Amino acid sequence: MIARLTSPSSRSAVTLAFALSMCFPALCAAQGGPSAAAATPPAPPPSPVYVNPRSGPDDPRIGLKGGLYDAGEAASGLERVVSLPKPPGFAPDLASIAAVDAAPAPPPVDPNAPRARGGPQGPRADYGGTNSDLAFGGKYLFSGNYNGINFYDISDPAKIKLVTSLVCPGGQGDVSVYGHLLFMSVEAANGRLDCGTQGFAIPAGYVPPAPPPAEPGAPAGAARRPPPPPPSPDRVKGVRIFDITDIANPKQIADVQTCRGSHTHTLVIDPKDKDNVYIYVSGSAGVRPSEELAGCSGADPTVDPDTALFTIVVIKVPLAHPELAKIVNSPRIFTDPVTGNMNGLWKGGNHGEGTQTTSMTRGCHDITVYSAIGLAAGACSGNGILLDISDPVNPKRIDAVSDPNYAFWHSANFNNAGTTVLFTDEWGGGGQPRCRATDPMNWGADAIFKLKGGKLTLASYYKMPAPQTELENCVAHNGSMIPVPGRDIEVQSWYQGGVSIVDYTDASHPVEIGYFDRGPVDGTRHAMGGQWSTYWYNGYIYGSEIARGIDVFKLVPSKYLTQNEIDAANEVHFGELNVQNQPKVTWPSSFVVAKAYIDQLARSNALAPGQVSALNAAIAKAEATHSKPKELKAMAAKLDKDANTAKVSADADRMHALAEILKQGGTDAKTGL
Amino acid sequence: MEDFVSLRFLLVTTALVSLSAATASCQQTDAAPASTPIVQPGAPGHSNKMLTPETAAGQRRAPTEADVKFMQGMIMHHGQAVQMTALLKTRSHDKQVQELGERINISQTDEMRYMKQWLTDRGEPLSEPMDMPGMDMSSMPMMPGMLTQKQMEALAKADGPEFDHLFLTGMIQHHTGALTMVKDLYATPGAGQDPYLFDFTTDVDNTQQAEIDIMRGLLNKEKQ
Repeated sequence: MIARLTSPSSRSAVTLAFALSMCFPALCAAQGGPSAAAATPPAPPPSPVYVNPRSGPDDPRIGLKGGLYDAGEAASGLERVVSLPKPPGFAPDLASIAAVDAAPAPPPVDPNAPRARGGPQGPRADYGGTNSDLAFGGKYLFSGNYNGINFYDISDPAKIKLVTSLVCPGGQGDVSVYGHLLFMSVEAANGRLDCGTQGFAIPAGYVPPAPPPAEPGAPAGAARRPPPPPPSPDRVKGVRIFDITDIANPKQIADVQTCRGSHTHTLVIDPKDKDNVYIYVSGSAGVRPSEELAGCSGADPTVDPDTALFTIVVIKVPLAHPELAKIVNSPRIFTDPVTGNMNGLWKGGNHGEGTQTTSMTRGCHDITVYSAIGLAAGACSGNGILLDISDPVNPKRIDAVSDPNYAFWHSANFNNAGTTVLFTDEWGGGGQPRCRATDPMNWGADAIFKLKGGKLTLASYYKMPAPQTELENCVAHNGSMIPVPGRDIEVQSWYQGGVSIVDYTDASHPVEIGYFDRGPVDGTRHAMGGQWSTYWYNGYIYGSEIARGIDVFKLVPSKYLTQNEIDAANEVHFGELNVQNQPKVTWPSSFVVAKAYIDQLARSNALAPGQVSALNAAIAKAEATHSKPKELKAMAAKLDKDANTAKVSADADRMHALAEILKQGGTDAKTGL
Repeated sequence: MEDFVSLRFLLVTTALVSLSAATASCQQTDAAPASTPIVQPGAPGHSNKMLTPETAAGQRRAPTEADVKFMQGMIMHHGQAVQMTALLKTRSHDKQVQELGERINISQTDEMRYMKQWLTDRGEPLSEPMDMPGMDMSSMPMMPGMLTQKQMEALAKADGPEFDHLFLTGMIQHHTGALTMVKDLYATPGAGQDPYLFDFTTDVDNTQQAEIDIMRGLLNKEKQ
């Protein structure tokens, strides 16, 4: 009937196809395939700020062969050193994948054909437990997975070695490490206190209570409310704490249970508090019944001021007794300071018919703290927020931004100076292909904000530019800083879109300076995979590949990044790295760092070629003679003077930083002179 | 490991921009050394178990009836959203509403493909078995938030600002129903333990909540 009402003059074949399908709702439900979307290139939404362009057809990332372990690869400025597949307990079932590949394509499904449940299951490709986030402590890499955590020894990154597999299901296995403590997020429905892999069966003889009567005025179809599941004392949702003093035999010492579980968590270290560390828990799953965890309420804040919605959870971990870790606060970081409304960031209001209120399940997806500047950036439901964390137990919101181009605020990183914040939009949640040639470049992208005086201002969007296939789940995901002095550089994961290295020193014009990509996990059908997290740690870049395992990369020089700049980044050494607990980087006053600045000033033509040669010659002389030539001081003075007339502030900063090193006569990292 | 060393040399290029589109046929595929401990920690205060590669693999879980019905119902639910966004191209004259509709169209179309594959992979039918083939919409089981036939007809008749209003209010109702479906799923004993289903439902919840926010914002603007 609706089809007849659709104007016959609709010229779009797609519209016609959908109109026809309306006559046969069942058919529509079964066959509204992805080709329809692909055939409708959306007009790129107008953007008030710069959006980086999609790359051209000559991009080597286009058309790479698919395969789990034998996919085609393309790289620029980045070299894959070694890869380790996921170990037993986490690994793909190669036989199941081979069986699917060998099986003939199933015939089109007739949705009207009577088929009983539990029919013959076709071969199902099993890619094993999903690899998720990474944490680094000393010589160890901790690789989170939906099934547990794998510990790798990376003292020689080219010979990365698995040392322990910890089996403990309950995705998504976000990990942080602090000394001998290892923290793990659990949000999934199968997490057990005893780390069992069996999940939860319905107890024998369990009889669900009678459903309550329909709510008055509820819309058709919504009246039913199933009975609650039986509470389970064996369930864990929240944060697990392991003692890894014995790396080969980690012990679970505490489970801090939370009402919404832990999708991610963030380690927070208060510089003023040596006795405790803190954990910010971001939970986005449904609220647990109070029968299972006392005090949990998923009610609207107007009904229950203690609701588990509209908040994050703060856990305090006493270092002397980490087993006594507990929740110490649920700050109302979304509250309107004027009205006291806990849902204070919501500006919409009620809109009458059809828009009946629903509890907006506000929470954060991930929070990055930057203790050195006392701030945290939260990616929270429909907003990016800025928190003052000078009192870490009581974070206070100081700014919030929203963006109609952003579906899902996912994560954030600060630049080292704390003047820029890069937020990501995980449009589609990570399981969907959102880097196709038809997907707009400012959807599922990074949004880069300038940060000044506690206020965020949108400066640009950045998206990994190479179009990907329908078979590759792809959207902005986790990344970390590459500590090249004088530049803001991030290495970032894009799931099956691979790794992209972006320079956002000019926050208004981000540019890609390197990449790594593989073809799809499977060249014939959609299979979940790709880089979850890609982080720089002490000279190497580690990738957590969802299906394939751990990748180790190193930077190689290109026209966008010199060997001197790579060497200068490698002067930075972290003893521990939890990327969402962002460290403040300081560089040594070494000639290695000086040479990186000189290369940058040469690249931007801020220094004349003659001046560049003179600087390099003076440094070479100093290095060769282990002396501190007098001309360095004169050169430093000139640089400080030239900085006043530099066209770009980044160049002025580099000149001052370079001058500072020259004044001190440099200290060669290798010789110590 | 030897294979990797050779790959490393293959990939090193002297060009300023090192590009390689080589087929990497040398990914290490051997399993971890047999000596690597596979530890299953006990609950706090309890001892650990040591697993073997065989016992660590665990067992593949069959989806529950609630899981399967959720996916089947959500395919139908998404189908209606795609029908609604198809009308946008000719009926709405508002750029922002059209953009939002395109976003919803892409999301829901991709997700339908995803759900169908999830069901097919698990040997489940794509829709709940029905008694009579070709039944009309009026007797279809209605998922929470789905627009009635009357609402769909009104939407199809409307144009311009009136269409936008009906589209936004209708889609908010529709998306709110999807959130209810997710909530109902997790209120069902044993449901939602498949990690792919868990991630998918989390994504549905987040995305549709965000879209509801955007639509409410658009409605708010319309009132001004």
